[in-house]
Amino acid sequence: MLCEDIEVALKVGAIEKSKNLCRKGQGHFQALFTERTVPCIEGIETSEEKAIAKAAEILRDADSPLFYGWSNSSLEAQKTGIELAKKLESKIDDTSSFCQGILLERVLKGTLPSCALDDVRNFADVSVFWGSDPSNSHPRHLSRFSYYPRGSKRQKGYDQDRNCVVIDVRKSSTSKLCSNYLRIPPGSDAELIEALLAIQDGKMPRFGEKKRIIELATILKKAEFGVIFPGLGLIYSLTNKMEIFDGFLAKLNAISNYKVIPMGGHYNTRGFNELMLNETGYINQVSFKNGMHHGPENDVINAAKSCDVCVVVGSDPLSALPFETAHSLAKSKLIAIDPRKSLTTEAASVVIPSAMYGLEAGGTAIRMDGLKISFEPIIESDLLSDEELLRRIIEAV
Amino acid sequence: MVSALEIYQLLPTAACKECGYASCMALAVALLRREKKLDDCPPLFDPKYAEKLNKLKELLAPLEQASETGLIIHAEKCFGCGNCVVACPVNVANDPTGSAVGLGPKSDKVILIVENGIVMCPNPDECRRFGPNKILCNACTATCPSKAIEFV
Repeated sequence: MLCEDIEVALKVGAIEKSKNLCRKGQGHFQALFTERTVPCIEGIETSEEKAIAKAAEILRDADSPLFYGWSNSSLEAQKTGIELAKKLESKIDDTSSFCQGILLERVLKGTLPSCALDDVRNFADVSVFWGSDPSNSHPRHLSRFSYYPRGSKRQKGYDQDRNCVVIDVRKSSTSKLCSNYLRIPPGSDAELIEALLAIQDGKMPRFGEKKRIIELATILKKAEFGVIFPGLGLIYSLTNKMEIFDGFLAKLNAISNYKVIPMGGHYNTRGFNELMLNETGYINQVSFKNGMHHGPENDVINAAKSCDVCVVVGSDPLSALPFETAHSLAKSKLIAIDPRKSLTTEAASVVIPSAMYGLEAGGTAIRMDGLKISFEPIIESDLLSDEELLRRIIEAV
Repeated sequence: MVSALEIYQLLPTAACKECGYASCMALAVALLRREKKLDDCPPLFDPKYAEKLNKLKELLAPLEQASETGLIIHAEKCFGCGNCVVACPVNVANDPTGSAVGLGPKSDKVILIVENGIVMCPNPDECRRFGPNKILCNACTATCPSKAIEFV
């Protein structure tokens, strides 16, 4: 969420006191003191210099390297990473290819209308959480922007001025807070959209609880400013039928004003996608071998099977990706650049510790709504940032 | 959370009026509000009610952690979302540029804040539930997704 109103007091070896940080954020910063990585080559501790030299050596000898991760890193590091991938003519992909990429691409290319989260706070009267559960994924989302705060046009509070709709396959934490919760069977999002479209055309829906769906359609129709926050539930359900969602948004915008903000899970997913779009015309899944190619063969699922070296920056693919892909990645030579220990750093051939952004290193990141946020380092550290480490590797290869 | 009826069922129900109330139900409500203590019910200490007394002590133990307004915070359930901080009408009135617009509190007079990832109640005396003329506001507990805060 890139919350910019947090206050942290540090003492030697721990956080003394923090304010306004959710428990996730607290854990993020606490890990600085408890879960730090150390430079390693094949599990043996070494110096940072030697780890960087070894990483450069592995990359020099690699036939088809893959650069993956990027979502938990700064824009500057992502830019340097793209430069390195170009120099080595390798494949580059980020977590969005398995996550919000399909929607982010539509938002970045202007196919789907979007807006800033501050506009949501100031103007939105209907927030729809579709296949997403911000109470668990982004704990401060509801309180900072989408439901509870007062805004310039929403002065009376959430119970009078706002409507929150949750569409999910299970009774999530967020659904307990919202009066409008619609439970649907897994994979039936396309049918629900068709039912909602049918109601807008004056027909009876042929799906689920008709009364509830008509109520939902009425809330959507009466909105002055509606925002849909799609999560992975909707994306995995629609995958190859995303044009249905495009049509639904077009229909809603013909009768009201609706925007879409994909619920990006990591703090700088959108940053990498924007950079890649500017550099290559695609948001992810790019190979720089013999020119530039884009396609599903370059996404992490397929590339993991064919790559011999994988450089992971700002991500933990071995924990997050399906077993088969994680297994393929673990069999290749892994170079992990991460400030914190993870399953990936445990399995990596070379581990290079980096400075933690927001605490030890400054940089820029792009929030889920497209707002660029800069942060400064608040404590001094001898560790190099992701950007500086990648720059050193570029010089060495 | 414990109810007055649960407490009543464990009282001797002798209607002895030694506690100063007309019925055991009134005492149960007073125990729930922490206006009376178990010591105020002498028949309860009769050996034949020993089991009920132990159960009552167990039942009323969580109430001892409650603030003056009756707020109980279950720190292990809270994940610091801040919904209660932003939804609290007193926080909104006392801190119009901070918690009212979703940001972290900027005023010292807010009732609820999030500290170390967990909600805390630094100013219970500002709460609408404080004092004899209290209003039974539940804006904070109604917005908690994990039921980490509740009133007795």
